[in-house]
Amino acid sequence: MTQQQALYKYCLRLGDDALIQSYRLSEWCSNAPILEEDLALTNFALDMTGRAQALLGYAGQIDGQGKTDDDLAYKRGERQFYNHLIMELPNGNFATTIARLLFTSTFEFYFYSDLMNSADATLAAIAAKTVKEVKYHMAHATDWTCRLGDGTQESHRHMQSGIDHHWMYTGELFETDEVDAILQDRNIAVDMASIQQRWHQSITQVLKEATLKIPAGEHMQSGSQQGIHTEYLGHILTEMQYLQRAYPEAIW
Amino acid sequence: MELMEKAGKIHEELLKSFEAKIERGDAIEPRDKMPDAYRKHLIRQMSQHAHSEVIGMQPEGNWITRAPSLRAKQILLAKIQDEGGHGLYLYSAAETLGISRAEMIEQLHSGKAKYSNIFNYPSLTWADIGAIGWLVDGAAIVNQVSLQRTSYGPYSRAMVRICKEESFHQRQGYEIMAKMMKGTKDQQEMAQDAMNRWWWPSLMMFGPHDSESPHTGDAVKWKIKRHSNDELRQKFIDKTVQQAEVIGLTIPDKDLKWNESRGCYDHGPINWDEFYRVIGGHGQCNKQRMAHHIKVHNEGAWVREAAEAYRLKKEKQLLHS
Repeated sequence: MTQQQALYKYCLRLGDDALIQSYRLSEWCSNAPILEEDLALTNFALDMTGRAQALLGYAGQIDGQGKTDDDLAYKRGERQFYNHLIMELPNGNFATTIARLLFTSTFEFYFYSDLMNSADATLAAIAAKTVKEVKYHMAHATDWTCRLGDGTQESHRHMQSGIDHHWMYTGELFETDEVDAILQDRNIAVDMASIQQRWHQSITQVLKEATLKIPAGEHMQSGSQQGIHTEYLGHILTEMQYLQRAYPEAIW
Repeated sequence: MELMEKAGKIHEELLKSFEAKIERGDAIEPRDKMPDAYRKHLIRQMSQHAHSEVIGMQPEGNWITRAPSLRAKQILLAKIQDEGGHGLYLYSAAETLGISRAEMIEQLHSGKAKYSNIFNYPSLTWADIGAIGWLVDGAAIVNQVSLQRTSYGPYSRAMVRICKEESFHQRQGYEIMAKMMKGTKDQQEMAQDAMNRWWWPSLMMFGPHDSESPHTGDAVKWKIKRHSNDELRQKFIDKTVQQAEVIGLTIPDKDLKWNESRGCYDHGPINWDEFYRVIGGHGQCNKQRMAHHIKVHNEGAWVREAAEAYRLKKEKQLLHS
């Protein structure tokens, strides 16, 4: 694998994470328990769509085949997507979504904080913008985790269930392969081990504050970095890519 | 008896001073004395306006996950967020009249409060997102520009802010339509079809003809309403016809023609039977929109309860620390 190929895939992974999570959060439009949350969750979706646009656009440039951000978002099939499995899982109830957002935004906060020091100037610039956004997503998810965890018995039960449900998808966030190794050698990619440690520490602290338990010793799901997904991704793509697929000649 | 007379006199003086204020063109503020009917009229109108912003998120939200490009998705997400923000802003403005958001939502669910009839029509294709932005928001702006000078201060200030965002929405809707009209045959047909379905309901947004409008009398006297339904509808038609021509869309009204002597367009008869049928609850989406709002609200009850319980718990902890 060349550095160019590795960088292309690295950008796809990050771009797909943003794109697919943005899809899920945007499903909250008109569905949140209060209007303020409707706005907050879809605003995060908006941040993430912007991030996906930047990262997929950059991936297209690296690839050099003339593909645009939209080509990459709307014209790849299920096996060519590399977002982490956790991003594509259905929203569930409000607590389920908050549990996922807590895990992903905390991960993204540490990840992009480190990526700001990347030797790749474009990635570093995208990271600098992203950190500002995910810091807010993380604060929001943390607040709600505490509110729901330490709110009523019912909310505590929902919140714990959301945490338990997503736990087995968190291990994959820190997996590395040849792509990371090649880019880390050139100071482009970040060190996942260090991020995992900080993530774990932070999550432990938030869950404790929220009177919730860390799920123990479960098997972790894997596969997305090789394009092996859950059954849910195909349905997302079917809906998201519908117009581009149905009218391939059209410009929107 | 003497006391009653005194009270009556005070009431009369207050009403006089209120009406003098309206006459001078001063804004009425939340702490000012105002007749009950004025307060009631405003609560009805402002809560309806707020509910419309919120219910309008449903037909537009219907296309977020299917937006055909990343740019289109961002614009639509931002637009719907603006609408939700307008809802919040208007609920707050209405709360200055002594009603809570929870009460307003309860009135919406019981059917006592209404929302704009236009959102009882379905958004069927991507072109509908263009038509909603261009025609529906376009019609709303004409009404809202006029409301910037409405007599109740918080409402008028809300309108100034809302108008700025609505004009961005109208441009984004028009851009979608213009792009589609420049595109493939399929896209052009989709755009014209959306135009055909949304044109007449958009004209109905201004309400019945002036001769038939039950709320106009007091609202005009109190300067809540500054222009009549027909005046506003005419303004909308005159600006929109030209915009349609520029991008090659046909207005689905065979009687539409320029009237040289009036200096504006004449239009064909509006189907008021349809208007009253949809207002009466028999539009395609009336039940769907309301059932959805009620379901989401009820399903979210445990979240709101938890937030309140947590707030009280933290307050208690603060007190004891």
